Amino acid sequence: MVKYIVKRILLAIVTIWAVATLTFFLMNLVPGGPFLSEKAISPQATAALEAKYGLDKPMYQRYLTYMTDALHGDFGDSLKQRGRTVMSIIAMKFPVSARVGGISVLVALILGIPLGSIAALKRGKAADSVISVIATCGIAVPSFVICTVLMYFFGVKLGLLPTMGLQSAKHYIMPVIALSFYPTAYIMRLMRSSMLDVLGQDYMRTARAKGLAGGKILFKHALRNAILPVVTYVGPMLAYTITGSFVVEKIFVIPGLGGEFITAINGRDYTLIMGTTIFLATLVIVMNVVVDIVYKIVDPRIKLK
Amino acid sequence: MSEYLVDIKNEKLSFFTPAGEVKALNDVSIHLREGEVLGIVGESGSGKSVTAYSLMGLTAHPGKLIGGELNFNGHQVENMTEKEMRQIRGNEISIIFQDPMTSLNPVYTIGNQITEVIRLHTDKTKQEAKARARELLELVGINEPERRLKQYPHELSGGMRQRVMIAIALACEPKLLIADEPTTALDVTIQAQILELMMELKDKLGMAIIMITHDLGVVASMCERIAVMYAGRIVEYGTADDIFYHPKHQYTKGLIRSIPRLDTKEHERLIPIEGTPVDLLNPPAGCPFAPRCDAAMQICLREMPPVTTFDRVHYTQCWLNQKEEMEKGASHE
Repeated sequence: MVKYIVKRILLAIVTIWAVATLTFFLMNLVPGGPFLSEKAISPQATAALEAKYGLDKPMYQRYLTYMTDALHGDFGDSLKQRGRTVMSIIAMKFPVSARVGGISVLVALILGIPLGSIAALKRGKAADSVISVIATCGIAVPSFVICTVLMYFFGVKLGLLPTMGLQSAKHYIMPVIALSFYPTAYIMRLMRSSMLDVLGQDYMRTARAKGLAGGKILFKHALRNAILPVVTYVGPMLAYTITGSFVVEKIFVIPGLGGEFITAINGRDYTLIMGTTIFLATLVIVMNVVVDIVYKIVDPRIKLK
Repeated sequence: MSEYLVDIKNEKLSFFTPAGEVKALNDVSIHLREGEVLGIVGESGSGKSVTAYSLMGLTAHPGKLIGGELNFNGHQVENMTEKEMRQIRGNEISIIFQDPMTSLNPVYTIGNQITEVIRLHTDKTKQEAKARARELLELVGINEPERRLKQYPHELSGGMRQRVMIAIALACEPKLLIADEPTTALDVTIQAQILELMMELKDKLGMAIIMITHDLGVVASMCERIAVMYAGRIVEYGTADDIFYHPKHQYTKGLIRSIPRLDTKEHERLIPIEGTPVDLLNPPAGCPFAPRCDAAMQICLREMPPVTTFDRVHYTQCWLNQKEEMEKGASHE
């Protein structure tokens, strides 16, 4: 176990380095720069700014400087949001996205697992059809449509829910619904198919032959086997959801990290692009390790190597 | 209470599939005394397993019992609710399945899976159940039981797992053990060990066994009574001697001809039974075996043969046997 974790950490470092390097060169190859704007800035001012942030140096030199600083934990200042470090932006915005995203993932699990199981148990019956239709919609309908529809009905027509910000518990309802729609649908589908698979297994027949009651068979013998695909999916999904969604955050005016990814790219805020990308990559890798460990706990057949 | 532990009378069972009604069992009657071993042989789809499962109330969807009586140990199984059935399953009647590799739940330890059934049917404490599980593992010949209890199924070999399945089945000392092809998935050497173990335990615990198999060798060595099933009917029933030395039904004769023998000459071929099993969706009007039978007569294709009895035990369902017996009777007069 310890050996496994050490190995995964070493592997993670290599992966993050590769992600960082690729991102660094790709973003620098894209035309444009952080100090271009509609208002003409004098060439002298631009040159001074570039000199200040080291953008006048050749690319490889900037790469080396960035990587050295990053290794020392210094991810630099934002080029656009003057006076803020990249770390402080992430530290300020991530908790907001993480709270909304975390609740959404929780909702997705709480709804998706039982509904998917019910669909499998009632295969071919009305409940199965209803759940399958919901699941298909959840996967097919894009989040901006869901956001707009929710906002139109609950926010504008009925006036039940606030449409922007996160000041109270009520404010969370619509963003959470919008964010959890897709993962709920996905988990339902995963759960349904894996539950169907498990229900046909020989050990389920053994459990019945022992004289166990239906509930015990389902919760003890079926669920633990059927949940494995969901575990695999939830790991990376959690990483993406807690780092925020650009669309949902924009529509509901949530000051989260999701927007930063996009605005940083559009504004060529090089240091912020690097910071958010490395942050997301690290989260995804960490979540994958967590998934592996959870997997090992749920299914003893799995060996961590 | 009936003199029999198991007394199945005229069981009829069908699977109602979208394609139509599949008549899986047609007038199947079986009886078994305490401590007896009955072998049910027949090819795939002949209804061997369906008969046994229905006795446990484990008929798979969309199967439905549509007639007959199923008496087991004083219970009227056909009238019992699911809740009442659960009291019996794993307790008075147990089953071991064909494939030990997949019949144990991969995510729980052996100990957990054995104590589960003990705790369900007895009021033993956790500790007592564990002690009983250890005892059971010893009983089925597993070494280092203490260590095995903590192991998972994937850490054991196929033979070991089948021993564990037997331990689970025997945990509550059932009156009847159903063995559904218990050795089919195992190596030949392990097969012999498992059969020997079952016979040994039967003598020790005094339970009855229904042995379901398509391996005539297995029934020959174990069973006192043998039922030969074909297309959801018992076509011949008798003692092991009757079946192996005086088979009457053409199907039984064919089965026996298709077993390899020690005295078979070199290059001599085994004689297979030609043709394919009947389609139970559209069973023929007459004897279901008639289309494959060398000795089929006109009447075989038209009408279902009646039961021909030879002695107190041995009977067949075959027109040819009926005809022969009638001729014999006539010549005696």
